[in-house]
Amino acid sequence: MDKSIIENIAQLARLQLTENEREEATTSIGNILSLIDQLQSIDTTGIEPLAHATSSSQRLREDLVTETDQSETLLALAPMAEEGMFLVPKVID
Amino acid sequence: MLNQGIAELEAMLDNRSCSSVELTQAYLKAIEIHNPRLNAFITVTTETALAQARAADERRSSGKLSALDGIPIAHKDIFCTQGLKTSCGSRMLDNFIAPYDATVVEKLAAAGAVMLGKTNMDEFAMGSSNETSYYGPVHNPWDLERVPGGSSGGSAAVVAACLAPGATATDTGGSIRQPAAFCNLSGLKPTYGRVSRWGMIAFASSLDQAGTMTRNAEDSALMLQAMAGFDPKDSTSADIAVPDYRSSLANSIEGLRIGIPKEHFSSELNPAVAEVVHCALSELEKLGAKLIEISLPTSHLSVPAYYVVAPAEASANLSRYDGVRYGHRCQSPQDLEDLYKRSRAEGFGAEVKRRIMIGTYALSAGYYDAYYVKAQQVRRLIRQDFERAFEQVDLIIGPTSPHAAFKLGAKKDPVTMYLEDVFTIAVNLAGLPGMSVPAGMLAGLPLGMQLIGPDFSEALLLNVAHLYQQITDWHKYQSTFAQTVCTEKGAMS
Repeated sequence: MDKSIIENIAQLARLQLTENEREEATTSIGNILSLIDQLQSIDTTGIEPLAHATSSSQRLREDLVTETDQSETLLALAPMAEEGMFLVPKVID
Repeated sequence: MLNQGIAELEAMLDNRSCSSVELTQAYLKAIEIHNPRLNAFITVTTETALAQARAADERRSSGKLSALDGIPIAHKDIFCTQGLKTSCGSRMLDNFIAPYDATVVEKLAAAGAVMLGKTNMDEFAMGSSNETSYYGPVHNPWDLERVPGGSSGGSAAVVAACLAPGATATDTGGSIRQPAAFCNLSGLKPTYGRVSRWGMIAFASSLDQAGTMTRNAEDSALMLQAMAGFDPKDSTSADIAVPDYRSSLANSIEGLRIGIPKEHFSSELNPAVAEVVHCALSELEKLGAKLIEISLPTSHLSVPAYYVVAPAEASANLSRYDGVRYGHRCQSPQDLEDLYKRSRAEGFGAEVKRRIMIGTYALSAGYYDAYYVKAQQVRRLIRQDFERAFEQVDLIIGPTSPHAAFKLGAKKDPVTMYLEDVFTIAVNLAGLPGMSVPAGMLAGLPLGMQLIGPDFSEALLLNVAHLYQQITDWHKYQSTFAQTVCTEKGAMS
């Protein structure tokens, strides 16, 4: 694990890291990946991956309106909102 | 009355030897006096609790809603509670007032339970010691310099200290069972899908499951009864009838086949821990159970597989925290990218960031097959180990944790901390129910044994745990801290 990979992961995850955090992550994530590499010790050729312990398929429900309009309640939780919209810094000039 | 369990309090409310308001006031007072030393509550809901207690007392003359009617409990702060701060132990949600109730919260309220407050926890349930909480670590009532376990450390400390007779908790890799073991409690993680995840803040969605933290198995049965069941709002919730857990608690276990996984008793295990579990097993033999050695050959790969699967799911789940719709937002962002990156950097603690990065890496182009697909293949092998074992045995028992509660600050290296859950993690990967039950003491600290059953065998786990608790009294051992709480001058006896 080197710092440039950590920097790339942090960018993908939209996390601003300090120099100290980058250093720490390089070591600790390197150690964790060594732990994870034990997985390579076993041959899994032909084993179907298991994403979910319960194999049942997703249920479908009746196509009915079940949600009431809660936009006011939800917008009230936003750090910045105006006229029914979330506010963010300008994206397009 | 603070030292009573839920079933005993139910009897006291039934025979009118106390009211729900008296009970609730006694707990609230004890919380006010003793919680500061434990740091086990993030929020105490005095007014709501008293209002719910008054309502319970008023309706009692016309019959009770359930065994829990009027019984005070605490909720882990991972469950959304309408109109109330729901922090998940994170700065990210320090200002978050949930707009709705989690199904678990709603169901317990409908059963008449009184909410005392919200308990401290590892940030986003990522931790095994409660030290990753934004609100500071929780102290173990058995030794205030030790951790209560995690991530449901607040729920465990609260019940162990007699500040509530029961609490909700969640378990993604051992977060109910390990703190239960560290605090001498009965902690049940049900089968994946048994309890709705609606309104329970997501960590790793294919592993997360809500359960109970109580002083004994009967109380677990009463709480699970109210919490379990199909919920159309959770697409992974199981549409399977909920049995009457209390009615099967005393069933005979004559002839029950108990599997002892040799991998859980390897030469690396502290012999004193192994001895405690072997003693407990011999008690179960006296009840007619048969002990059979079994093997779970891929056990050693459960921690590595988990640390791909859980962070991968977490990195996706936690991408919702963007500083735009709710939660923490940084000051004066320069542009949208800066808003995302600094809000997340400031809102998340070190362990959460670490896991988001591991998950991001495992899911990124070029590494997906080597890590994520590989871990899912191993996950199937782990599940198959259990399926094969359950052809031979009805139940599996081993230690919950390799040792008793450790000192605060003792495990600074993440990998060392991850290995804490070596016996519990496979159960989540396989989706099975697991339960930790007090099994003995080591140098004044409690130890637990873990019961693992096939899918939807909660009734059997509770039955075995209950019978064990009829012939042993480890679950009745209390810390000096709890004894002080229960005998506090002014607290009703």
